[in-house]
Amino acid sequence: MRKACTPSKFVADVMNKVPPSGIRRYFDLASGLEDVISLGVGEPDYVTPWHIREACIHSLECGETSYTSNYGLIELREELADYYAAKYGVNYNPGSEVLVTSGVSEALDVAIRAITNPGDEIIVVQPSYVAYVPSVMFAGGVPVIVSTKLENNFKLTAEELEAAITPKTKAVIINYPNNPTGATMGKADLEAIADVVCEHDIMVISDEVYDCLTYNGGHTCFSSLEGMRERTILLNGFSKAYAMTGFRLAYAMASPKIISAMMLIHQYSMLCAPITAQIGAIEALKNGKHEMEKMVRDYDRRRHLIVSGLNRIGLKCFEPKGAFYVFPSVESTGLTSEKFAERLMNEKRVVTIPGTVFGEAGTGFLRCSYATSREEIEEALVRIEAFVNGL
Amino acid sequence: MMDNTTRHVLECLEEDARISHEKIATLTGLTIDKVDKIVKELEESGIIRKYKTVIDWDLAGDENVYAIIELKVSLERSIGYLPLVERLYRFPEVRSVRLLSGQYDLSLTVSGKTMKEVAFFVAEKISTLEQVQHTTTHFVLKTYKEDGVILHEQDHVSRLPVTP
Repeated sequence: MRKACTPSKFVADVMNKVPPSGIRRYFDLASGLEDVISLGVGEPDYVTPWHIREACIHSLECGETSYTSNYGLIELREELADYYAAKYGVNYNPGSEVLVTSGVSEALDVAIRAITNPGDEIIVVQPSYVAYVPSVMFAGGVPVIVSTKLENNFKLTAEELEAAITPKTKAVIINYPNNPTGATMGKADLEAIADVVCEHDIMVISDEVYDCLTYNGGHTCFSSLEGMRERTILLNGFSKAYAMTGFRLAYAMASPKIISAMMLIHQYSMLCAPITAQIGAIEALKNGKHEMEKMVRDYDRRRHLIVSGLNRIGLKCFEPKGAFYVFPSVESTGLTSEKFAERLMNEKRVVTIPGTVFGEAGTGFLRCSYATSREEIEEALVRIEAFVNGL
Repeated sequence: MMDNTTRHVLECLEEDARISHEKIATLTGLTIDKVDKIVKELEESGIIRKYKTVIDWDLAGDENVYAIIELKVSLERSIGYLPLVERLYRFPEVRSVRLLSGQYDLSLTVSGKTMKEVAFFVAEKISTLEQVQHTTTHFVLKTYKEDGVILHEQDHVSRLPVTP
């Protein structure tokens, strides 16, 4: 008889070091429940605008089903370069400085792998998107956490960043507008960060997937700051602005050397992003502005509704200026984030995500997404109020 | 150019004409007094024409039939379209009047209890007008979308309850 196999011993060590996703747990808990209102969803509740879907359908009818350039369709890269030049005044060469990827998730993974040597430290600013720390670990890097604070409206300060930098630091990952807090950083805030990264000669991976979703003031693109273009790997995608999550389409913009390095990984793993999604993205950039702005105004109204509602209930939250999340504190209730979220789900059928899922800095907070209909937000507020009053 | 605040107020009312000013205030972050003032100005300036309800008359069991009538008309140089248009829109049967580019000049929406009633109305009241050279009547068989509102049931697309 042949020797029995123990599959677990073949799993790489790093897999056991990466903590399981906290989101996954809430997904499993929520999946079995009826009459649930979910404020736990990190994607738009809109369906992709029809003109974008229609462009994709037409391309399929025309038989556009092939691979594309590894970099992505040149027409899309040119549209992207034009868009950045017009909107942010930053110029990228569509031939050598743009890489189209399958979602920002892929762009993030590839960016980190392209710059990380074993043992390099990558600073992750938390609370943050759940993929940053694991992506650094998979790449053999060492994640170093910087926690932002409510008192600074969850902005990263130059002092906090500087304190985390060591001779081994390679880069810092920032994400503004931020998931999960909804925080934004203005030009002056970012200039202070630019000074620090320059002085210590480190890179910036700037995840700006929520750049179109800002309220009361526009977005500042990190690479548009003086001297930052070469130092930045800019990541952005179509999921949030154009309600295209399922298309899995995004891009990275950086200097040619960095894009070439990222391209090495991308071409041997993903090969290219799906052509149908790329065609949809071209349509979005060409003709999607009007509908996108309408969606943003609608998010803005829901934002007012949920922020004022939560504050009225006594779950204090600062005013988020971007993305579609609000990050109330549950400290006044005496419950932990996890306990609050779990009881609220079980007792009132409202799904929220405890802030701790996004790092220790989220302790005492809750992420509520307002990318859901106004009626659902109103009903969720009624249920949350009943829950809090019953404590 | 309209300011962003006004646009927010108009979009709230366009979506739901019965929305309270208190609710608009919550959604926009304005005070109720400010919302009152903006809405009053919009009403007075005629930007808000009226508040109306989109009704699925078919579903309500109403027997009304609708027809779109295309008119080709002759113009008298000194008068223009207005005298004719004024004659047309005074008929309560005429629900809308539009001046068009292209092959036809005017498009009317006409309603009546039966197809016969609509056909006679067009034959007796519209075709006989001196300036009307030609009419084409299209009866509406089914309305799928009215004033931006889709009137037939659509499949519900569901998202996962929790995503990062």
